[in-house]
Formats: sequence, C-alpha cells, structure tokens
Amino acid sequence: MEPVLKMCSQNLDFFYGDFQALHDVSLEFFQNQVTALIGPSGCGKSTYLRCLNRMNDLIPISRVEGKILLEEEDIYAPSVDVVNLRRRVGMVFQKPNPFPKTVFDNIAYGLRVNGIRNKAFITERVETSLKQAALWDEVKDRLQDTALGLSGGQQQRLCIARALAVEPEILLMDEPCSALDPVATQKIEELIHELKKQYTIIIVTHNMQQAARVSNITAFFYIGKLIEVGDTQKLFTGPRIKQTQDYITGRFG
Amino acid sequence: MVQRITFFLFRGAAAVNGIALLTIIYFIVANGVEAIDWTFLSQPPRDSMTKGGILPCIVGTLYLSLGAILVAFPIGVASAIYLNEYARPGKLLRLIRLGINNLAGVPSVVFGLFGLAFFVIYLKMGVSLLAGVLTLGAMSLPVIIGATEESLKSVPDTYREASLGLGATKLQTIFRVVLPSALPGILTGGILGISRAAGETAPIMFTAAVYYTRHLPSSLFDEIMALPYHIYVLATAGTEIEATRPLQYGTALVLIVLVLGMNLLAIIYRSKLRKRAQ
Repeated sequence: MEPVLKMCSQNLDFFYGDFQALHDVSLEFFQNQVTALIGPSGCGKSTYLRCLNRMNDLIPISRVEGKILLEEEDIYAPSVDVVNLRRRVGMVFQKPNPFPKTVFDNIAYGLRVNGIRNKAFITERVETSLKQAALWDEVKDRLQDTALGLSGGQQQRLCIARALAVEPEILLMDEPCSALDPVATQKIEELIHELKKQYTIIIVTHNMQQAARVSNITAFFYIGKLIEVGDTQKLFTGPRIKQTQDYITGRFG
Repeated sequence: MVQRITFFLFRGAAAVNGIALLTIIYFIVANGVEAIDWTFLSQPPRDSMTKGGILPCIVGTLYLSLGAILVAFPIGVASAIYLNEYARPGKLLRLIRLGINNLAGVPSVVFGLFGLAFFVIYLKMGVSLLAGVLTLGAMSLPVIIGATEESLKSVPDTYREASLGLGATKLQTIFRVVLPSALPGILTGGILGISRAAGETAPIMFTAAVYYTRHLPSSLFDEIMALPYHIYVLATAGTEIEATRPLQYGTALVLIVLVLGMNLLAIIYRSKLRKRAQ
C-alpha cells in the first residue's frame, strides 16, 4: 500500500527575532507512520515540531516563512482557526504536564473545552483514551484522585491519553521519554507502536536507539537545517551524508 | 567563625520581626483586655464617647473591608490577567506598570484627599460608605495586582501549553487552568492587602468616617464610624483623653483581632485550596 501524505512543510523558515532557527525545511509526513526528528541540542527539531501545531505562536517575536500543509490546507493561512488546528494536531510535551486536577478531569478537559457536555460520552471517551494509552488498568480505581500523585511514567501516559481524548489526526511528541526511566520509556515506545495504527506520529528524540526502534522514517536536523531524511533502517545503516554519519556514530552531538 | 557571627546576626535580624509583633500584641492586649466585655462589643458609644461600646465602628470597618474586596478584587485580578497573560511588551505596558508601582507608593493620606476631591465632592457621593469603599479599593489595587501577577507567574507555562495544545482557547486556558492554580496566592495576597487597608485611618477620615453617628449604616450613602478612625478620635480629639484610654486600647485590640482574623481566614482558605489541588 502506498503511504498517504498527511502533512508536509515546504521551504519553512523560522525566526526568533533576528535569529533564524530553521532554514528552508521541506519534509513530508505520511499517515500511520512514525517520523522521528533527531539531531544535536539546538538543531531546531523541537522548534520545527512546534511549528506543526503553531505552538510557536505563543512566542511574541517569532516569525514563520514558507508553508505547512495539513491535507492541502496551509495551517498558517489567515483563515485557519488555530484552536481547531491544535485539536487536529495533538501534542505530548517533554516533561509530563498533567493539570493539578483529577485523573478523570485531566482526560475530560480537552472534550469539555470543545463544548462537549454529554456525561456518558465523556466517561466513555476517558475510558477509551486511558485504554489506548495503556494506563486504564493502573488508574481505573483512582480516576477521582489527583493526577499529580501518579508516577512520572504514568503521568506521561496520562498526557498521551489526554491528547488522544480529543481524537487528533496527528500526534506530536517532543522528547516524550526524556524525563522517564527505562521501564517507563519502554512502555511509551510500545504504546507508539500501537498508536501508529490509528495516528500519524511525529516524535522528537535525543535518543538514537529510540528513533531506530520506534520510527519508520527518520529526519536528521543540524543547526537549523534538514540534512537528511529517509527510511529509518537505511538512514541508520547507510547514511548518504557525512554529517548524518558522524552524528549517528556518535562523533559529535 | 565569621560565618557563625554572620548567621547569628541574620538570626537576630529575623527575630526582631517576631519580637516586634509580640511586643505590640502584648502591649495592646495587656492594656485593652479589661475594656472588652459584651457591652463594649454590642453597644454604641455613650456620654460623649467616654462610655459604652464600639459596635458601629466594628460594623463600619467590616462593611468597608467587604466593600473594598468587592471593588478591588475583580478590577485587580482582571488587570493582572491582562498584564501577565495578554499584554505585549511595549510602551503601553511600561506606562501601566509605572502607574501601578507609583500607586503603591502613594501615601494613604493622599488617597484620602483624592477620595475627598473625586468621590465625595466631584462625584457628589458625600462622606459615605461608598466613597470610603472606593478609596480603600483604589488603595488596595496595587497590592492585589502585585499578588495576582506573582501567582500567575508561578503557574508553570507547561499548564498553558498543555491546555492550548488540546484545542482550548486562551480564555478557557486562563479560566480553567491558570486561575484555579493561581487562586490560593491571589486570595491570600489580596486579603492581606485589604486587611492592611482596613486598618488605615487616613483614607477614610475625609471620605467615609465621622466622629459619631447614632445609626448603623443602612445604605451605601450613609456616613459610618470605623475602628481606626475611632481610635484616632479618642486619642486626639476626645473630651477626656486620659479617661478613655482603656477604650482606646480596647478598640485597638478589636481592630487587631479583626485584621489578624481576616489574615487567618485567608491562610486557612489557601491551605484548603492547596490541599484540594494536590
């Protein structure tokens, strides 16, 4: 089956004030695939990720040039409703960031802010999302407890469940395991394998083994430029460009 | 050795705070407690204020504080939300901040004169509860704005990002995530500010408080008696200053208990909110 193009950027430049953080990045993301963005710190991979759901809009001095298309629609077009975009492109952050609310209210939050009042529906979505995030069995008796009492790994899966509850089409993950221990990391990675059956996933990671384990496609960024992108297996075993090779063999970074 | 001496000095400096507070309280309690009985708390003054109680003053001060809270809280919190969540850095923002900082530094008697000129005379409110409430409210604004801004700043940005990332609007984010997290700090800071203002004499002496009134306030446009002004009156302008000394201390004691009580309420409420959040 030919992969379906879900989202892409075309000649994307990004500026923080006068500083250009991204140069001419063109990249494609396909449905039901996991794309990993790798590269040394400060290479722009997180910045790039945050362009995809316009999270960078929050930074007053930032500026974007070029295009990002979500199914043909330019997400930076003036007619685009950012709120709606973020509903379609969900995000999981580097550090688990549950709200200081109960487990249930955390998951229900996205539904409620989108105007859903039907209690039965919310309850059902909460359960489904927690099951999807492989957290249901651990928290099903603690739904009314505060989410801050969960372990770090559980909190991160809660954040994934929270993102899934609004049924996004794409899931952005910004180093979702960097604050977690190996066991919790493994759980999240297994989860990513499951989730890609339904979602398009784009994950930023510092950990090259992780990129190799979870992704179908890997894109290597270096000082604000996209250096190389390709099938994960091929990129790790036979990179075409020397900088990529230096990075994945650990010669810098 | 140097370290020891320095720490000793620091500890001493910190202790001064406690000692000062305890001395004040001891002094007031020791002198005032004999004046306090049920009559004192439940009756209006009699015989040119040399006898009787201070009920109108207690009621007046409570009304003033409550009114100031109702006026200053919404405005203060809304201003802080604008400053912290919406305002883009620039000239306007700098101007507003300059205004707030200077407002905080304005002496209370100047607030009193402003209240007299603006609320009492220009807006024709007369010497009234309303004019006093508005003056005290204006005076508490910088404190409430400051406390609210501090609390808003202490809400981690990750909460805001998480909320926006789920497709919440900025307004939803503020009302459902940011404000609930900041509420304990806002309430405490705000109530501390108001209780401070409630003990002030200068802002109300031209705007709300009178020497003596036989009636408890029944409308916003009534003149009132208030604890701090009553102390001032008894201590400086009474007919028999020496003879009313116990009454003065008694009134001061009631005022202190009232103010500390308000602070205590704020603290209890805050810890309750905090517990619920965890």
